[in-house]
Amino acid sequence: MGVVALAVFALLHVTPGDPAVIIAGDYATTDDIARIRARLGLDQPFHTQVAIWLGRVVRGDLGTSIFSGLPVSTLIGQRAATTFWLTLFAMLISVGVGVPIGVVAAWRKGSWLDRAVMVFAVSGFSMPTFWLGFILVYVFAITAGWLPVQGYAPLGGGVGSFLSHLILPAVTLSVVYMGLIARMTRASMLGVLDEDYIRTAFAKGLAPSGVLVRHALKNASLPIVTIVGIGFALLIGGAVVTESVFALPGLGRLTVDAIVRRDYPVIQGVLLVVSGVYVMINLVVDVLYVVLDPRIRY
Amino acid sequence: MSSTSSSIPAFATDAAPRAAAWRRFLRRQPTLVIGLAVLLLVLVAGVLAPVWWTGDPQQMRPGQRLQPPSFVRWFGSDQFGRDVYTRTLYGARVSLVVGAAVALVSLAFGTMLGLVIGFYRRLDAVMMRVMDGLMAIPAILLALALMAMMRGSVRNVIIALVIPEIPRVVRLVRASVLSLREHTMVEGARALGVRTPRILVRYILPALVAPLLVQATYVCASAILFEAYLSFLGAGTPPHIPSWGNIMAEGKTYVQLAFWIILFPGLFLAVTVLAVNLVGDGLRDLLKIRG
Repeated sequence: MGVVALAVFALLHVTPGDPAVIIAGDYATTDDIARIRARLGLDQPFHTQVAIWLGRVVRGDLGTSIFSGLPVSTLIGQRAATTFWLTLFAMLISVGVGVPIGVVAAWRKGSWLDRAVMVFAVSGFSMPTFWLGFILVYVFAITAGWLPVQGYAPLGGGVGSFLSHLILPAVTLSVVYMGLIARMTRASMLGVLDEDYIRTAFAKGLAPSGVLVRHALKNASLPIVTIVGIGFALLIGGAVVTESVFALPGLGRLTVDAIVRRDYPVIQGVLLVVSGVYVMINLVVDVLYVVLDPRIRY
Repeated sequence: MSSTSSSIPAFATDAAPRAAAWRRFLRRQPTLVIGLAVLLLVLVAGVLAPVWWTGDPQQMRPGQRLQPPSFVRWFGSDQFGRDVYTRTLYGARVSLVVGAAVALVSLAFGTMLGLVIGFYRRLDAVMMRVMDGLMAIPAILLALALMAMMRGSVRNVIIALVIPEIPRVVRLVRASVLSLREHTMVEGARALGVRTPRILVRYILPALVAPLLVQATYVCASAILFEAYLSFLGAGTPPHIPSWGNIMAEGKTYVQLAFWIILFPGLFLAVTVLAVNLVGDGLRDLLKIRG
């Protein structure tokens, strides 16, 4: 985590371009720029800036938004719930669909079903998220009128409206991730299905579904769980774009707005929090290894 | 790898041995051939954009705003009366340039870093932590943040997309170096007194060409997608250069009125990325690379 924090800070400071100049705008005088630089602490030497920033982060203070004057942690807190629900639903949908179709594709290897799943998977992660979002909105919301076009309804305002606002964004977001999971599931299952104990299980006359799920999938699950963890980065990236398409008030919108307004503390804060969550998820994945495969010890 | 397909014409006795070899290649590697063919089409469309009955991509025709697709305006027109077909073809240029440049630059830097890091243990421990730190930040967010620090231009988009990709290339190269370093041929070369830089270039680099080629196609595919994401979010290619991302960004306000502004550039984008991914999958099968 420390490394991540340092990397976030260093990168944003090493990149060419002076934030003070950009904030001041095209018509600012040298004095204006110097004043802004002093206010943001950018006139301090680099190592002093790092020390000050890290010291604050450790105490849970992510700084104050230049644009709204509110603490960054408050802003993130307001927006986190939307992004949380969006990514959670997208993850459930993609695992719920991706794993079964991957299993079936591996079971019926070489069949048209397998080929269809593979084509779907490659198309899935070649799909521009926002474009798919617009297509779905056009078909289901504008033309058919079944679902709301945009916006977000908090859970407190009724489950029905909450779900109907979230279903299109979640499906949009899940497609990329689903393709990835289906592919990994198929590859991993193919490796396991060649094993002798699978042949034995089939030979004993066990039901195919039982063999596939209990004997094969369980042993093929490690790479699948790994890709679920790593793919979370894709999910977050997709969430930024999806929130922009569906006008959802989440972390992605916060970031995009902050970038348009050059609100650096907010950008830094979101980057740090999101990366932190990503690291935590992959930590959970590491712990899951032990549960799934008792042979692994740390 | 290519020896099978190139040796076949020598044995074939029919009138068109070359054509037969090609047919066989097509049957064995359908994904690679389809991917390359589509990619070539997009390349020709983009590079020769002025030839394909287009006009000036920026020309505004206030009298023909938001026209639906027709025989005159194949893909319709946008809110300024600009021709969407023309803009879409010109947009291919940005996407292809960004995709190729990001793949080349990140591969070059990543390979150099990876070779050095993999060979010097002391560097390895420190540098890999830095790379892990970088990889923990989702690529699009990192690229967005980097774009916020710089002014929008095609060059800066390339820089912002290269930085998140480098650690991934480094990881791949380093892993291969670590295993190749213990190989007998490297040991033998060392015993003969070959210096380290020469070992890296002559003994280890050639073994990396195939996996790096496959990696390059995947980097290229994701760079094309991410350029569109950045431009769509208003942090990428500046508006005066048409790119698929910013055409759609401008069209998003008019989804309900003029769906075609988003439909066509997005379709081109999806098909192009799919083609690059197919080439990657095809190459991976052809070169027999795992993972």
